[in-house]
Amino acid sequence: MARKKTIRTIPQERTPVSEQDPKERVTNFEEVSHRYSQEDALLESDRCLMCPEQPCVAGCPVGINIPGFIQKINDKDYRGAYDVITATNLLPAICGRVCPQETQCEGVCTVGDTLEPVAIGRLERFVGDMAINAGWANVPYIEPVPFRIGIVGAGPAGMACAADMAKAGCEVTVYEAFHQSGGVLRYGIPEFRLPNPVIDAEMGNLEKLGVTFECNTLVGRLFSIEQMIDELGFHAVFIGTGAGYPSMLGVPGDSLNGVLSANELLTRCNLMHAREFPNYDTPMPPARRVAVVGAGNTAMDAMRVCLRLGAEEVYCVYRRSRIEAPARAEEVHHAEEEGVRFKWLTNPVEVLGDDEGGVRAMRCVRMELGEPDDSGRRRPVPVAGSEHDIEVDLVVVAIGTNANPIIGQTSKLALNKWGYIEADEHLATSMPGVFAGGDIVTGAATVIEAMGAGRKAARSMKHYLGIRDVDAPYFVDGADTLFGIDLRERNFVRVRVPA
Amino acid sequence: MADDPQSRFEIVAREDFSDATYLLEVRHPLMARAARPGQFVIVMSHEHGERIPLTIADYDREEGTITLVIQAVGKSTREMQQTCTVGTHLYGMVGPMGMPSPLGKAKKVLCVGGGLGVAPIYPQMKGFKEAGAYVIAVIGFRTKSLVFWQEKFEACCDELILCTDDGSAGVEGRVTTGMELAIAKHPDIDECVAIGPPIMMKGAAEVTRPHGIKTMVSLNPVMIDGTGMCGGCRVKVGDTVKFACVDGPDFDGHKVDFDDLMARLGRFSSQEKAAMKRWSDECRMAKPVSPAGGKE
Ligand SMILES: Cc1cc2nc3c(=O)[nH]c(=O)nc-3n(C[C@H](O)[C@H](O)[C@H](O)COP(=O)(O)OP(=O)(O)OC[C@H]3O[C@@H](n4cnc5c(N)ncnc54)[C@H](O)[C@@H]3O)c2cc1C
Ligand SMILES: Cc1cc2nc3c(=O)[nH]c(=O)nc-3n(C[C@H](O)[C@H](O)[C@H](O)COP(=O)(O)OP(=O)(O)OC[C@H]3O[C@@H](n4cnc5c(N)ncnc54)[C@H](O)[C@@H]3O)c2cc1C
Ligand code: SF4
Ligand code: FES
Repeated sequence: MARKKTIRTIPQERTPVSEQDPKERVTNFEEVSHRYSQEDALLESDRCLMCPEQPCVAGCPVGINIPGFIQKINDKDYRGAYDVITATNLLPAICGRVCPQETQCEGVCTVGDTLEPVAIGRLERFVGDMAINAGWANVPYIEPVPFRIGIVGAGPAGMACAADMAKAGCEVTVYEAFHQSGGVLRYGIPEFRLPNPVIDAEMGNLEKLGVTFECNTLVGRLFSIEQMIDELGFHAVFIGTGAGYPSMLGVPGDSLNGVLSANELLTRCNLMHAREFPNYDTPMPPARRVAVVGAGNTAMDAMRVCLRLGAEEVYCVYRRSRIEAPARAEEVHHAEEEGVRFKWLTNPVEVLGDDEGGVRAMRCVRMELGEPDDSGRRRPVPVAGSEHDIEVDLVVVAIGTNANPIIGQTSKLALNKWGYIEADEHLATSMPGVFAGGDIVTGAATVIEAMGAGRKAARSMKHYLGIRDVDAPYFVDGADTLFGIDLRERNFVRVRVPA
Repeated sequence: MADDPQSRFEIVAREDFSDATYLLEVRHPLMARAARPGQFVIVMSHEHGERIPLTIADYDREEGTITLVIQAVGKSTREMQQTCTVGTHLYGMVGPMGMPSPLGKAKKVLCVGGGLGVAPIYPQMKGFKEAGAYVIAVIGFRTKSLVFWQEKFEACCDELILCTDDGSAGVEGRVTTGMELAIAKHPDIDECVAIGPPIMMKGAAEVTRPHGIKTMVSLNPVMIDGTGMCGGCRVKVGDTVKFACVDGPDFDGHKVDFDDLMARLGRFSSQEKAAMKRWSDECRMAKPVSPAGGKE
């Protein structure tokens, strides 16, 4: 190894990543951020100090061995870097793109105390994309165990649980209500942030592990959770159905035709390809001037989609100020660059209609920050006499979601008072053999947290089923025999054979 | 259950009731077992298609089939009329969705179906009959040539009142006329279920309101996911907002805000018209097709 690096000897500047020009990109759905070239990645990997105490690993919800994979990049052993990441995170190309690194690994990176932190997310994406292009997939030879696992919901939580159970040798079936898998990754996050081919490639890896996907299957209605255990022969079930059930504004004019949830807008645009109407049959509401209420990731995505669909004016209306905005900093920045007009400390009180049932304007009040509330944030209070109208023809509501009711309606699972599924610290529900995780347990959170929950539930499931967790299998590079014995022939301990 | 994808959602039977209404029987054994009266499915006929909600008009647990009765009103439903022939497959069909209708302990029930609501009322009527109720059915069509399933209804209910707008069959008038007749004859009706176009359900609710007869209606707002995720299907019921796909689709007809529902159904009318026009222009350019669609 090279001599010890210090904060003075590493490249001082964070290696920049090129982006599509804002003026250009608002006219298309191509990806906004380009990826690192090999030179960029090597340069950036040089900035990692390989801290012995690894704060970044503690900052990662799934504990990826971050200095480990960065070292491999630095050694130009890209395949090795991929192996290190996928030992904990199956979907690097996705997480590298959508994780809020600034509040996770990069937020606690030692380099960040003095300089800009190491661009861990961009490095992760670099490795993930390289794996997709090179067709790498770590498909282990897996000793089968006689257990069948049913997974409800093909979002990040369900996929992570499916992967771990498949690696443990179980027969895994994932049921998804939509006609395509991916959950929010598919229907919510737009293609300019997460292109569909990336999702497809990462799903393909799951299929290579032997996971079966059954789309068009609404669990709870087609069969219940109880039936999965009692009649369909599943030994354990994981529920990862996500949040859903968007909150609407609850102000007069809420049901006008120009008012819709961000989920509806995004689903129409992304999953149903309404932006290609009429080549695809699903229509999009026309929008010239749009107000998006809320300032989370969902709101940012909705605004940027509207711009790309040709809206002339897009406002972000949020009752608190910029620092309280829950969206990733990068998303707010991107939205601003693309021309979104932010109206901080503003709250809608009424949506005004036109003669045809559409929207004419949104009436708002200005807010100011008062005393701190229970959450410790200063409570926004309306400023008397500050009513004003914003002229818009579309209002998109992105102020949060509630628990999806279907599983609760159709099973005896215990729910908490908000309707989310009750799960203990092992993610076990009130029903033996049934585990749950992701947004349906915690409420809306992040991709990586949902994946972390899926993996945690998988560990509990293995424990429940009495499967010994062999997390460190043999690595047999390139070979499909071990000590001269065909790996595919014998029931070996779980052996990992790079494909 | 892990069916070969090729064999999924196969259309095993088709019947054309008129040049606008057709029936499809789709193979889905698991769904046939799970379906209950009042539930619906969401269908995609091809990969670029829309997700369109359709009521489960009947189900056969032995044969493992789901029956849909569809009115060709716009691009998607007309296209399906042409392409969905026996032996073809739907791209997707998910369900059963929605809460099953609460088939309470009513002793005498009035089941009302108008136009595209005739088929969807059938499973509820059958459900009430099986639960031991005395069932009076009122079904309405514009004219005699559009009438279907008369025998199927007769075989299952205690009394049938058939109405046509022009009087060419049964009673002359709308279903509300038939309802008045039924209520006059049976003052002890304790529940009514009405399915059809919103304007008809609104009228039906007004007929029963003065008599204090509990009236359930099945709402049909524009839907996408059908799983409670988008809120596009929200309807006003009394003072609350409900999502029809997961909280319904059946609601108390005396509380539903029908004007709101009707306004919301027009949400995409300009795009729907454009799609329809573009599609029929394309059809005209292509080889001529028989007006009744791909009849066997
Ligand atoms: C627009 C948007 C942008 C976001 N951006 C980011 C971001 O940049 N970074 C980030 O970290 N997080 C982001 N998030 C949050 C993140 O996407 C979620 O926290 C995460 O996807 C939750 O994963 P999940 O597996 O719990 O649920 P989901 O991803 O919601 O998946 C649940 C799946 O279950 C299916 N399902 C539901 N009910 C049933 C049923 N009864 N039967 C069968 N299937 C069912 C659903 O159709 C869905 O596919 C964003 C969220 C949204 C909405
Ligand atoms: C719960 C439910 C049950 C239904 N059951 C039946 C049925 O059994 N038989 C039947 O013929 N029709 C039924 N419908 C209506 C059917 O879904 C629409 O007629 C169909 O979607 C129209 O599509 P289109 O492209 O042919 O027409 P379009 O030209 O797109 O629209 C024609 C009309 O249908 C309505 N519509 C359009 N898209 C949707 C949508 N995604 N969801 C709901 N309505 C829409 C519009 O308000 C419009 O006025 C039902 C609707 C719901 C919500
Ligand atoms: S904290 Fe930063 S510098 Fe230290 S090991 Fe992690 S990425 Fe490298
Ligand atoms: S159709 Fe989306 S919530 Fe009902």
